[in-house]
Amino acid sequence: MNFLRKTLDKVKPNFEKGGKFYFLHSTFDAMETFLFVPNKVTRTGAHIRDFMDMKRNMIVVFIALLPALFFGIWNTGYHHFLSIGEDPTFWGNVLYGLKKIIPLYIVVYAVGGAIEVAFAQIRKHEVNEGLFVTGMLIPLIVPADIPLWMLAIATAFAILIGKEIFGGTGMNILNPALTARAFLFFAYPAWMSGDKVWISGMMSGENIIDGFSGATLLSQAAAGSTNFVNGLGESLSVSDMFWGFIPGSVGETSVAAILIGAFILIITGVGSWKIMLSTLIGGITMGLLLNILEVNPYMALPWYEHLLLGGFAFGLVFMATDPVTAAQTERGKYIYGFLIGFLAILIRVLNPAYPEGMMLAILLMNVFAPLIDYMVIQSNIKKRIKRLQKINS
Amino acid sequence: MNNIIKIRKGLDIKLAGKAEKSIIGEINFESVSIRPADFPGLIPKLLKKEEDEVKAGEVVFIDKYRPEIVFTSPVSGKIMSVIRGEKRKILEIIIQKNDLNDFVNFPLLADEKSPEKIKELFVNSGIWPLFKQRPYGIIPDPKDTPRDIFISFFDSAPLAADYEFILKNNIEEINLALSKITKLTNGNVFLCFHNNSVLAKDIIEIDNINKYYFKGPHPSGLSGVHINKIKPINKGEIIWTLKATDLTIIGNFIKTGKYYPERIISFAGSEVKNPGYYKTIAGANLSEIIKENVKSQNARIISGNVLTGTNITERQFLGFFDNLVCAIPEGNKYEFLGWLKPGINKFSASATFLSKLFPKKEYEIDTNLHGGKRAYVVTGQYEKVCPIDIYPQILIKAILAEDIDKMEQLGIYEVIEEDLALCEYVCTSKIEVQSILRKGLDLVRKEFA
Repeated sequence: MNFLRKTLDKVKPNFEKGGKFYFLHSTFDAMETFLFVPNKVTRTGAHIRDFMDMKRNMIVVFIALLPALFFGIWNTGYHHFLSIGEDPTFWGNVLYGLKKIIPLYIVVYAVGGAIEVAFAQIRKHEVNEGLFVTGMLIPLIVPADIPLWMLAIATAFAILIGKEIFGGTGMNILNPALTARAFLFFAYPAWMSGDKVWISGMMSGENIIDGFSGATLLSQAAAGSTNFVNGLGESLSVSDMFWGFIPGSVGETSVAAILIGAFILIITGVGSWKIMLSTLIGGITMGLLLNILEVNPYMALPWYEHLLLGGFAFGLVFMATDPVTAAQTERGKYIYGFLIGFLAILIRVLNPAYPEGMMLAILLMNVFAPLIDYMVIQSNIKKRIKRLQKINS
Repeated sequence: MNNIIKIRKGLDIKLAGKAEKSIIGEINFESVSIRPADFPGLIPKLLKKEEDEVKAGEVVFIDKYRPEIVFTSPVSGKIMSVIRGEKRKILEIIIQKNDLNDFVNFPLLADEKSPEKIKELFVNSGIWPLFKQRPYGIIPDPKDTPRDIFISFFDSAPLAADYEFILKNNIEEINLALSKITKLTNGNVFLCFHNNSVLAKDIIEIDNINKYYFKGPHPSGLSGVHINKIKPINKGEIIWTLKATDLTIIGNFIKTGKYYPERIISFAGSEVKNPGYYKTIAGANLSEIIKENVKSQNARIISGNVLTGTNITERQFLGFFDNLVCAIPEGNKYEFLGWLKPGINKFSASATFLSKLFPKKEYEIDTNLHGGKRAYVVTGQYEKVCPIDIYPQILIKAILAEDIDKMEQLGIYEVIEEDLALCEYVCTSKIEVQSILRKGLDLVRKEFA
């Protein structure tokens, strides 16, 4: 490592103020701090600081996302081969999935990274690690077949409009990854909804076996059929839904893989268990409520199946818990989470225009999170005012 | 004992190098320093110049805006140098000790009951700056009568000196000091002990004295926490605070009429060869023990604890209020992929390091920032280590926005830097919480001056 350190020290002056590569200082800085925790020591205030930093925080989220990613890679291949009637092998699935998903990552990180670095350069701050996670998330919440140029535009939109115009990571109001998805959803609905996009290869339509249906379980439910079937018409069990052998966005299908991520986020404390729990309760509450009212077959869908379908679990674990866009007060987190779960199922079942409600519920609550915080903080302020009034009277 | 309060939020940072409970000796020092920066908001005006002779207890400088508040020399000697910084701001006054041991003799307080007389003597002798006023953490105005006085009888900070050990032979002085301090308020004097205190039973319980017992992690020993849990401070109210170790100086003054700020300090930390206690006085030069008892050249010497103390690696003088000097390794080195390692040796409040599996282990922690400064991303972190009923992160944001109304509503009156030092320690975004809070306190104080 000494060699690496020495090389860095040697080239470093070129990137400092006055050096010929000063315009790349943020890039250099990002690389250097990636390789080495800097030698900066405390100057004011506390002389010692926790080892926890943003890189550590983000790497934990990154690791938590890996199971969902791995499953998504396999599942992309699995459904592709199902749709062309070939017998899938494990490695065949994985190879096909990698071929589809690696380009998504290259595009997202290239576009997002370029924008992030450019802004860091202009604003003269260090490159923020937030992109690391946003870039990891975006490919997981889109169909594997999404055209790369659309993904590029959506990523640029999300990073620029969703984040940088507010001042960068930490200042944004909406979850950037979901902003990208919402952009795709409204700008290119043909590629984000319907019965074909969720199975890789179906949009081009080559070699698809006759009668194969790419409908997601949610669109089957919306059509009034809650005896879920796969593309070949074979019925799917609750355990299939739990393990994730169903069509959908890349990373959202396997509740099992997502739960591994949830476990990692909760034991490390990086993801808020309060938000996860309250979102779950919100979803269950709405599910039960619909079960009780029951006027159509969709409303009769057992409440627990709602938790296994669509993007509910993925959104609950990885999207709702984004600390920047969630409620910031601990009590606010309960309210915020509950409303996400509650609204997600409500939109899903009762709004005919949107087959899935999780994305919209989270984005909506992102907007309301500051209001929730305001109310919680106001109660703390009122307590102080009351105390004062008691003394004065 | 039903006055027991359990603190749940907080964090004990387990640093290696705790001091043995024995007094190693008395520190030989040639000079002492008085440092205006030890007193927030103070602008000094010198009454002595370099080369002037002073007695112990003689005024060296005064507060420019409140000239009745004086700062006296702890030793007899001569003003060796006045160190100035930018714009000729006085950073430090160094007094060379002589062997005359010449004291100013103040009248004895004996049976004096009038608060005015007591205050007058405290002020004239230079004992007054030991008192701290809430809000703002400044030296109180002698004309005020505080709602209550809070005295902390234990220090919960990492490596803190054990007050019970320091004070065990000073019960008489403490009780003497308390008998006068109780006259200074129409409210109560709250004595806040650790739950396991053995000293508590020997302390007088007269007049308006109330004893409370605290348990739980740091910052359970801070007056800010005690006030918030026992009787929170409101806008417009004034509270004075003291540390129990200051009571011995006050008691000694009442007994002898002499200002002699003796301190028993703990010298601790992973860079100390032989951690233990020393006898000395406030402001003393510590070069002797630093030379003898510190392991390496690359150590940071801190007067006070590692969360709130002052870097004295260069200056080597003990601070006015401090009972603790720490030596910890400087962290001026790079670490390859440090943020990726499992971290068995990396103590953290978060559970993202394997060190979490060894809750009893003690750690050598250096002064590295362990990361770069970022905007706020993580939430709920500060609240976990702040038992005071405020929203620290929201308050810091209000200060950054210079929104005085908001600061006030969010309870900036209830805290001073030390109360939020742990927030700064745990901060993932490496925000300078304490200096931001001080800016906020100064802003609010200026607004209502």
